[in-house]
Amino acid sequence: MSKHTLSVLVENKPGVLTRIAGLFSRRGFNIDSLAVGPTEHPEVSRMTVVVDVEDLPLEQVTKQLNKLVEVLKVVELERTASVQRAILMVKVRADMQTRSHILETTQLFRAKVVDVAPDAVTIEATGDSDKLEALLRILEPFGIKELVHSGMVAIGRGGRSIIDRSLRSA
Amino acid sequence: MSLEALGVDTVFGIPGGAILPAYDPLLDSTTVRHILVRHEQGAGHAAEGYASVSGKVGVCMATSGPGATNLVTPIADAYMDSVPIVAITGQVTSRSIGTDAFQEADIRGITMPITKHNYLITDASAIPRAIAEAFHIAATGRPGPVLVDISKDALQAETTFVWPPKLDLPGYRPVAKPHGKQIREAARLIREARRPVLYVGGGVIRSRASEVLAQFVDLTQIPVVTTLMARGAVPDSHPLNLGMPGMHGSVAAVTALQKSDLLITLGARFDDRVTGQLSTFAPGAKVIHADIDPAEISKNRVADVPIVGDCKEVITDLLAALGGEHEAVRPADYEDWRIQVAQWKATFPLGYTPHDDETLSPQYVIERIGAISGPESVFVAGVGQHQMWAAQFVRYERPNSWINSGGLGTMGFAVPAAMGAKVAQPERTVWAIDGDGCFQMTNQELATCVINKIPIKVAIINNSSLGMVRQWQTLFYNERYSNTDLHTSHQQVRVPDFVKLAEAYGCMGLRCDSAADVDATIKAAMEVNDVPVVLDFVVHRDAMVWPMVPSGVSNDQIQVARGLTPVWDRED
Repeated sequence: MSKHTLSVLVENKPGVLTRIAGLFSRRGFNIDSLAVGPTEHPEVSRMTVVVDVEDLPLEQVTKQLNKLVEVLKVVELERTASVQRAILMVKVRADMQTRSHILETTQLFRAKVVDVAPDAVTIEATGDSDKLEALLRILEPFGIKELVHSGMVAIGRGGRSIIDRSLRSA
Repeated sequence: MSLEALGVDTVFGIPGGAILPAYDPLLDSTTVRHILVRHEQGAGHAAEGYASVSGKVGVCMATSGPGATNLVTPIADAYMDSVPIVAITGQVTSRSIGTDAFQEADIRGITMPITKHNYLITDASAIPRAIAEAFHIAATGRPGPVLVDISKDALQAETTFVWPPKLDLPGYRPVAKPHGKQIREAARLIREARRPVLYVGGGVIRSRASEVLAQFVDLTQIPVVTTLMARGAVPDSHPLNLGMPGMHGSVAAVTALQKSDLLITLGARFDDRVTGQLSTFAPGAKVIHADIDPAEISKNRVADVPIVGDCKEVITDLLAALGGEHEAVRPADYEDWRIQVAQWKATFPLGYTPHDDETLSPQYVIERIGAISGPESVFVAGVGQHQMWAAQFVRYERPNSWINSGGLGTMGFAVPAAMGAKVAQPERTVWAIDGDGCFQMTNQELATCVINKIPIKVAIINNSSLGMVRQWQTLFYNERYSNTDLHTSHQQVRVPDFVKLAEAYGCMGLRCDSAADVDATIKAAMEVNDVPVVLDFVVHRDAMVWPMVPSGVSNDQIQVARGLTPVWDRED
């Protein structure tokens, strides 16, 4: 199974998120993560969905999404042609001895410390999934108390916008 | 007012608190006829029957909460069979939404997976646009059900009626015209094939493509199979029509698909009932798949030539590509194949054996109804054994004459759908061929028929059982009949007595339990056209539907009788 990142442009109307989540549930597609937010156009929202499927079912996912009336466009953003980022916030167990090691790791990954407690440190990191996975692997031995992951968002490299093209054809 | 502006002539529904403000003006409408049903499910199926027979959008209305949830089954049914209907439901006031108010139900949420699209309207000025869009979405592209849920305060508010509204559907662009390159490629495959089959599905009916399809068959002389949803798309009397494929299809149709080298799929979706075990379906065939819904193409079976488009347009373009002087199709190329499929058709005709005792054969009853009433009638069925026999033993000569619940398989479909069909085409004789199980689910609509002068004819194929389930129990569960006995005719126990029930509703009721009386009973029913007629045909309990391909099994294992599968020579 491989992961694919889909950028879905939708009309900014109530219930759209439910409709899309419902579609995935109904058709039995696996969602790895889902992030949604506004775009440069007030009537258009953008959902970034990471799905775990083989190529043929991915075509089905895309076609089923396109069937939804409020979906304007579905684009797959491939790793090599896009910038993919997520925010990770992780609370790591830290005492007097280990704190400096943790801070060193944080610096190496160009992450930030956003909270300090007597027995823990919370780190905020931004990056693609490889970087975030690597960071977690290094932090694991210290003891991870809590973790929150925003879900991947992605934007295509180059000068064009996926919105321009879709609205022009609308 | 929106309904009037759209030219709607009939609405089926039941009023209630939340939708009262919409019902009041209906009383004064001179163009919209509202038919008060006895159960919202009946309204939904009636809208489906109306739409299936006429091609127009069927309309049903219900109030909030339980009224709306009673529409869920017919909406799901319309979704599965691509029937264009619009369901309008009332909703509690917008302030009360989400508070578990009286008769509140999130019908928009509930119907999301089973509607083509749906709306929740809380602003009166949005009503005309929503209704106009709903009709547009229901009727275009792949037809389907659309629900419009309108809150009570929106229904009550005063606003200016603006018509026609501007449709705002930037994400909805159905493609009707097929791509020229795909058509040429398909034409090439057709010319190269030696054992092609036209696999014709419900899309051909929805697209009204029967005429061009007839021309195509005449030009190419390619054998045809018509699925359950497409019966009548090509006349049954046509020599190249091999019949219905699938689980209960004819041996000729099933085998032709299995042995073909090219499937020309038009408006069909490789449903599991047709394919049997997918991995062994039509193993040697390339596939041309033409459908208006791009998501169906390559969903179950990879298409070698995918064509997105309206069936009528696709067939018209294929006709042009294959009829030209330079690259015309050569029907003579398929002559050996035609001889072979004709042989299968002759060797394995559809049939049934009469029983040892004197009980009535259900297949005979259905055959006679079809023969006496004729192909200009409309035949509507419920779900189960009687449905399969109605698909097999009535001769369909024109499209839109056979209406049934194929995809969802909803018992109780027949009576209300027949009602809707009769309202759409009152000049035609409309038969509801129903089972005793199905009939008990929605027969209250007989009251609606009597009061509104909708004289349908109902033939109950009464085997006192849930027949299809009983058949499976006979074949696969050692004749352990768990909960399939309905006590409606066997051993003279009649709960209820269908004839008395019919008369209680004001219909004419007749019972028939011997072969000698069948014709006379049917003809008596044909004479009566001022009230509905209910015929209780008491039939043999152990009649079976053959042929059969058990589910999950390869189509090569088709059984023509219990434990009897044709053996194919290696040359076949």
